[in-house]
Amino acid sequence: MPLVKLTSTGALSAPVADWPLLAEDADVPPSGPVLVPLATWLAGRETLKNRPDTGVWLAAGDDATALGADLPAVVAVRFAAFTDGRGYSQARLLRERLGFAGELRAVGDVLIDQARFLGRSGFDAFQVAEGTDLVHFEAALGRFSVVYQSAADRATPVIALRHPLHRSAAE
Amino acid sequence: MYQYDTFDHQLLADRVAEFSDQVDRRLSGALTEDQFRPLRLMNGLYLEMHAYMLRVAIPYGVLSSRQLRGLAAVARTWDKGYGHFTTRQNIQFNWPRLTDVPQILQALADVEMHAIQTSGACIRNVTIDPFAGVAGDEIADPRPWAEIIRQWSTLHPEFAFLPRKFKIAISGAIEDRAAVRFHDIGLRVIRNDAGDLGFRVWVGGGLGRTPRVARELREFLPAAQILGYLEAALRVYNLHGRRDNKYKARIKILVDEIGIEAYRDQVEAEWHAAGGPTLEVPEAEIARVADFFAAPDYANLPDATVELARWRAADSGFDAWATHNILTHRAPGYAAVTISLKPVGGIPGDITADQMEAVADLADRYSLGELRATKEQNLVLPNVRQDQLHALWSALRSLDLETANKGRITDIISCPGQDYCSLANARSIPVAQEISRRFADRRRLDTLGPITLNVSGCINACGHHHVGNIGLLGVDKRGAEAYQLVLGGDAGEADASVAQITGRAMTAEEAVDAVEVAAAVYLDRRQDAETFIQTFRRIGVTPFKEAIDAAR
Amino acid sequence: MTKQIVTASRLADGRVLFRAPEGWSTDIRDALMFTPDEAAAAVARAQGEPTRVVGAYAVDVDDAGLPLLGRERIRVFGPTVAPYSQVEA
Repeated sequence: MPLVKLTSTGALSAPVADWPLLAEDADVPPSGPVLVPLATWLAGRETLKNRPDTGVWLAAGDDATALGADLPAVVAVRFAAFTDGRGYSQARLLRERLGFAGELRAVGDVLIDQARFLGRSGFDAFQVAEGTDLVHFEAALGRFSVVYQSAADRATPVIALRHPLHRSAAE
Repeated sequence: MYQYDTFDHQLLADRVAEFSDQVDRRLSGALTEDQFRPLRLMNGLYLEMHAYMLRVAIPYGVLSSRQLRGLAAVARTWDKGYGHFTTRQNIQFNWPRLTDVPQILQALADVEMHAIQTSGACIRNVTIDPFAGVAGDEIADPRPWAEIIRQWSTLHPEFAFLPRKFKIAISGAIEDRAAVRFHDIGLRVIRNDAGDLGFRVWVGGGLGRTPRVARELREFLPAAQILGYLEAALRVYNLHGRRDNKYKARIKILVDEIGIEAYRDQVEAEWHAAGGPTLEVPEAEIARVADFFAAPDYANLPDATVELARWRAADSGFDAWATHNILTHRAPGYAAVTISLKPVGGIPGDITADQMEAVADLADRYSLGELRATKEQNLVLPNVRQDQLHALWSALRSLDLETANKGRITDIISCPGQDYCSLANARSIPVAQEISRRFADRRRLDTLGPITLNVSGCINACGHHHVGNIGLLGVDKRGAEAYQLVLGGDAGEADASVAQITGRAMTAEEAVDAVEVAAAVYLDRRQDAETFIQTFRRIGVTPFKEAIDAAR
Repeated sequence: MTKQIVTASRLADGRVLFRAPEGWSTDIRDALMFTPDEAAAAVARAQGEPTRVVGAYAVDVDDAGLPLLGRERIRVFGPTVAPYSQVEA
């Protein structure tokens, strides 16, 4: 399924091919592009981290913080069902706890209407179903000009806007 | 009362635009029902037995007269001329058209109202003591904190798809009128020895299939740290709450399964990793919000003792109403008045558009423009001058809203039941109506004293029967409606307890008779000035069980 | 042999509909009677009308075509309590 990426202007790139997700007990192919499961990454990190086309995918129950330091360039969080919201917490932990600065992909059951939640949680790439209206997706991403709470994105929460001289670590 | 600023208005405007777009895409088929369902639920829109049902938020139960008129207009323009106040301080409309909902939301936004997160697996309306700000036993006003939590939780991106719904309640007084120990998170305002304001944090309370009294998560949390702490608590729940079984997905089950110590350790670890005590709501924002809830300019009045005595002596109707429906106010010369929406034989919590408009006028005239919605499904006028109580009562009489039964056995709390709700196993409203008729006699109400009576049409317990002194639970007995009678529940923090089953399920008629039997047992066995629940706690459920069985 | 009707909610306004000879009707008297197999097929066909109806399912009925279950009768005839009764009749 195609992958679209958020550019620095907030627009979406044209779709590109996504990287395949390696199954949990499968052998790592000699070269990518590929996303390996967390356990596979942790076991083979020393060699895998040198491969620019190899990243990690997280299942909903994985502990995102287990990635520690030595992060890959690409991490994908898989939403088995769009109603399973664990991926949002995983994304925030990756961005805000581990300081992950690479590409964070939302893959699996990803809907346009979650775009804003996904974007705010730190995702900057999205696997979209074939035929998805990208105009709508982009609109959904930028829908809310006002946010009440700080998250993984750069949006300034309202409290900080109300009291510009009194910014604090979290609102 | 909180007033929206441009940011608050903008958020609502964006939300209305977003949902309007989602409705369009559903109507055109671009969204499937499976995709649309969680989106409409996040906007409080259910598809029920007869029609859609829209649940509009009344944040922490506080309402202006202008907003009440706005609700009346919605009822009149897009519904069937009435609304239903709920057990979570919200209001429901039973007949909106999906095609009208965008306009309804716009009309609501015009009076600073919305339906955001009144359903769905997300953080719901924060509920509080309906007498916040005016009760004599208040330690600190919970309203500013409810507003601060409301904003933080609104469209919170990380918590839009929790394992299940999440409900928060705050109590700011000595008596807990918010049922803090029966919520996913309950906060009770306290001061430590140094006089600092903080919260005692309860977690994992709830009703439904597995009623639970909350366990203490934290003895004292400095008030300004509440949002960071809640975020940690929610994150642990989001990551570890069960998602395999809808009936085991609330946080109470997680706390059951891993234990309160393990849950606490995880929350504290997460909170500290995120910054812990350094995460504070800026003092400037706390002050800004608190300012909206500053006490109004009360007139310097004495208590209207003489007038009240005179009115009471002259009119037994006023006497009864003054006895039951008035709460002592912290400002001398004032009173907080409960408008009972439980007339004899009426539908608990229902109110017509005409009545809403009239009550809005009364709020302007007698209550500085403010009202409260209570989880007992009544309305409160929080700022009434005692010397105007008789005039108010007369006005309520002309609207058939003078029922003098607050906190009495006919102040019945009832879910809509099978008449409206597709989840219900039995109807609840007709049972409530019959009980209301049987116990209508004023002297009988007085004699029985304070009793909470709750009716739920199914085990989801939206009528809160688990915490009723007397509770009725609708069940399905081989395709027929049946009711189980439970006794001895108590929602207050100090004596929080879940009601006990008294026997097998009965027909509606038998159930109402059993309530009569329970009342008779109480009257027979009470000592001194014991209330129903005090007698129950002393003698236990057995005498009640035996009497009910004997009567059948 | 069990008789069934097929009911659904109208997407636009949530009102109760019954599968009728010409599509869907709000009047139960128009409802087609089905065998369970026929009803299942009608329910499946309703999935093909997602912008018209939602939540189609089959309901057991008696010979007169009225639902057997109380819940379903309430759905057909509306709430058993007046929508805005605020005063004792």
